[in-house]
Amino acid sequence: MSEIINEVRKGFYLDSVALMRLSAEISALGGIFEAVLMTGTPANQQIMKDAGLLNETGAAASANDLVIALRADGTSSANRALAHAQKSLQGKTKNTASADRRYSTLSSASAAAPEMNLALISTPGAYAAREAQLALDHGMNVMIFSDNVSVEKETALKRKARDLDLLVMGPDCGTAYINSVPLAFANAVAKGSTSVIAASGTGLQEFSVLLTQLGAGIRHGIGVGGRDMSDEVGAISTMMAIDLLAADELTDQIVLISKPPGEKTANAVFEKLASCGKPAIACVFGLKEITQTNIQQADTLLAAAEMAAGARLDVPDHPKNAQALVKDMNAKRKILKGLYTGGTLCTEAHLVLRDNNVHVSSNALQSDPSTPHQLIDLGADEYTLGKPHPMLEPAVRTPFLLDELNDPANAVIMLDIVLGYGAHHDPAHEVTQAMQSLQGVTDKPVVIGTVCGTRDDPQNYLQQCEALTQSGVILCSCNSEMAKLGAAILARL
Amino acid sequence: MSASDLLTSGPKVLGVGLNGFIKDLQSQNIAALAVDWRPPATTDPHVLAAADHLSNDSVGESVDKANEKAIERMLSADPVLVEVQPAGDLIEGLGKHKILHAGPPLEWQSMCGPMRGAVCGAIVLEGWAKTLEAAEKLAAGGEIEFSPNHHHGAVGPMTGMTTQSMPLMVVENRTYGNRAYCAINEGLGKVMRFGGNDESVIEKLQWLESTLGPLLADTLLACDGVGLKNIIARGLSMGDEMHQRNVACTSLLLRELAPTMARVSEPDTAYEVLKFISGNDQFFLNVAMAMGKAIMDPVRDITNSSIVTAMSRNGTEFGIRVSGCGDEWFTAPVEMPRGLYFPGFSENDANPDMGDSTIVETVGLGGFAMAASPAVAGFVGAGSASDAANYTNQMAEICCTRNPEWTIPALDFAGVPSGIDVRQVVNSGITPTINTGIAHREPGIGQVGAGIVNAPLACFEQACRALDKRLSAV
Repeated sequence: MSEIINEVRKGFYLDSVALMRLSAEISALGGIFEAVLMTGTPANQQIMKDAGLLNETGAAASANDLVIALRADGTSSANRALAHAQKSLQGKTKNTASADRRYSTLSSASAAAPEMNLALISTPGAYAAREAQLALDHGMNVMIFSDNVSVEKETALKRKARDLDLLVMGPDCGTAYINSVPLAFANAVAKGSTSVIAASGTGLQEFSVLLTQLGAGIRHGIGVGGRDMSDEVGAISTMMAIDLLAADELTDQIVLISKPPGEKTANAVFEKLASCGKPAIACVFGLKEITQTNIQQADTLLAAAEMAAGARLDVPDHPKNAQALVKDMNAKRKILKGLYTGGTLCTEAHLVLRDNNVHVSSNALQSDPSTPHQLIDLGADEYTLGKPHPMLEPAVRTPFLLDELNDPANAVIMLDIVLGYGAHHDPAHEVTQAMQSLQGVTDKPVVIGTVCGTRDDPQNYLQQCEALTQSGVILCSCNSEMAKLGAAILARL
Repeated sequence: MSASDLLTSGPKVLGVGLNGFIKDLQSQNIAALAVDWRPPATTDPHVLAAADHLSNDSVGESVDKANEKAIERMLSADPVLVEVQPAGDLIEGLGKHKILHAGPPLEWQSMCGPMRGAVCGAIVLEGWAKTLEAAEKLAAGGEIEFSPNHHHGAVGPMTGMTTQSMPLMVVENRTYGNRAYCAINEGLGKVMRFGGNDESVIEKLQWLESTLGPLLADTLLACDGVGLKNIIARGLSMGDEMHQRNVACTSLLLRELAPTMARVSEPDTAYEVLKFISGNDQFFLNVAMAMGKAIMDPVRDITNSSIVTAMSRNGTEFGIRVSGCGDEWFTAPVEMPRGLYFPGFSENDANPDMGDSTIVETVGLGGFAMAASPAVAGFVGAGSASDAANYTNQMAEICCTRNPEWTIPALDFAGVPSGIDVRQVVNSGITPTINTGIAHREPGIGQVGAGIVNAPLACFEQACRALDKRLSAV
């Protein structure tokens, strides 16, 4: 029992070798006795006729037409084979040499690699919203590293994403960990079961680094961007993140690291966190108290990490050294300065200093401008417009650092050195170079620093610490401890 | 991929911006791909807004749908070279003192040197003036009516002169019944398409009119035309891209014509004509151009479609037409070609880009099919075969589809990119790459080199805004 089916494609040409290859492919399909694809020249028609494959449909084809002729065990096999042939004739929509292919647009790359599920956008801010929009249109979650994106655009993107069941991290999301994979500025931290929702980058970095030192580890770190919990944005991404982490089987506890949420938003966020069904820790800088009693509160990132790990970090008593450090200092030196590359670290230091009776002004928090003590977050929008972020290019900090080192009024200068993926390969270098200007000088300020990094980071952690110490920087075990030392130094002047 | 899938299965990351982040992920064996991102070339926020509007939501869908229709018409075309006739018989109103030229509309005052030279030569050819000086006076005095080839179903290479007595080849699109015309290629050396206009040029044209044209007409009539789709398909696998390299297609066409030609003519005439064609590697270019026009004309005027239906230059301006905007031209100053020069010439001698031949790129050949023609990539300074592939792959980023019948062996038989989408041009900042000959800037000297040129982005920006305006008006 067999059936002969012919189909003609008018005016279709394909190279005869390609057609023979395709003929063999179709012949090999189940239920097909024989199949051939040929142009309808008289000679070809004769071949098909002799093979018993030609019927009146194929016989009517012209030399410019393509004949698909086959003998099958029934109509369904034949139709399957015809469909297969037609699909193969449609050709390849893209060539396979993708290793060398470069894609100029998010759309073309996404079409070529549809498995991608997260777009990491780090274009200049003016273009970021447009690319994020495109990414959402292609069904991807988005991490916007870029800053200088307007709050209106941020809100619109997050609303759209929520409707699509997609997550927007950022804008100005410097750090994230998804499934323990470090994204953008992030350290090689230990895997674990603690998940974090963080407003921005270095808070999450410092926390995850300390958690690793404490022997625990990170599951997810969702960066939501510094403005997410403002009343304008309404914590869209934060609320989604709480739901996601609450549902994530491998997350045991949730840590929130942020500045105080907007007045209208705060209660909703804390209510949701308190009732998410998992233990919650909040490190909300500048918020005195959270009313939801089942949220544990931490004042510093160290305290939060210790709560999460259920262990204490073995920290040397840095403030005890203050006396020795100021022993020979010129009495005219009375001022504390801090030059930060990490925004959240700057905020944390600001608050720790305040709690230790040192009032500073800074661009990280609302503050008293009359005080001479000052911290600067050099990664803030106003310093990065048209310039690289100081964690990418530490040389951005150097002119500021040289000014402060040589200012005769300065008693203590605080610095953060952030390691990890994304960061400069040798951030200590610029600091040690600047420190050379103090070589042989007796009347000089104390320079204290903290290295945010792990031993698995791509920079050599120990070498970085060693170089800084050699150059005269007094290293502290974490940022909040450095701020305490800074306050202690001022107290002993 | 929903947000919870992301957390469960882990990140697979597409990077847009800093490549270092993607390299970091790749070093940890995480799936990550960096987009070769650059800021959009378009800086006008209105243009970007128009492109966004045309790309997104329901408007985007209606444009996509219209483009599908446009692509279907392109791919289902069946172009056949059917006959040769004098232009005056084919084109209504093409009579005394009327000259058709390449590119968007243009008056004498704005014409570049070669274009003026060709106009003067054409006037002498037609006998409207006895000398070139008298011809120039006639043209400068406003006595000649100028009109673009594209407005009359025709195309012409470089200066693209079409006047009443010139024999035109006719390509019929048998699927849609429309016809398109192009003059016969004059060969190399001093030729009117490069602005040549001396006696030898005129004599060559007269011979085309008296000898080659009629014999080609008889031949085509006797063999019921020559199907062109298959010739192109085979030519691509033989190293032609049909703009700068036509040696394979010319040979294939010659093979189709020669037996019948031998039968319908005197042996001496057949010898003369066959010798002329076989000595001119670019003979097929004009056939490919008429074919391009015949394929694209049924695509004109599809409401909402953002597909480019014509690209063309007149030596002064570059113009494009877009399906959803009908016969409106979007023009911008034409760019200078970059390329290699014949001995004794340099870019100082070059005329800005010129000709209707970009219809070939409009259907996915020429610069779009560079991967098929590594030899041409060498000509334009690219050199290696992989460079040639890059040109084609880049053009795929601004096209809706690939042509399943016109495939390129070196790209694993992927088809040539087809259907230029003005939205994708504006979004990516990638403009069409065009393979072109380079004319001397002075009239009468001819070709001095060959190279590539890009279509100006401004044409596509204008088209985007105009199409957006039309869609918003509904």
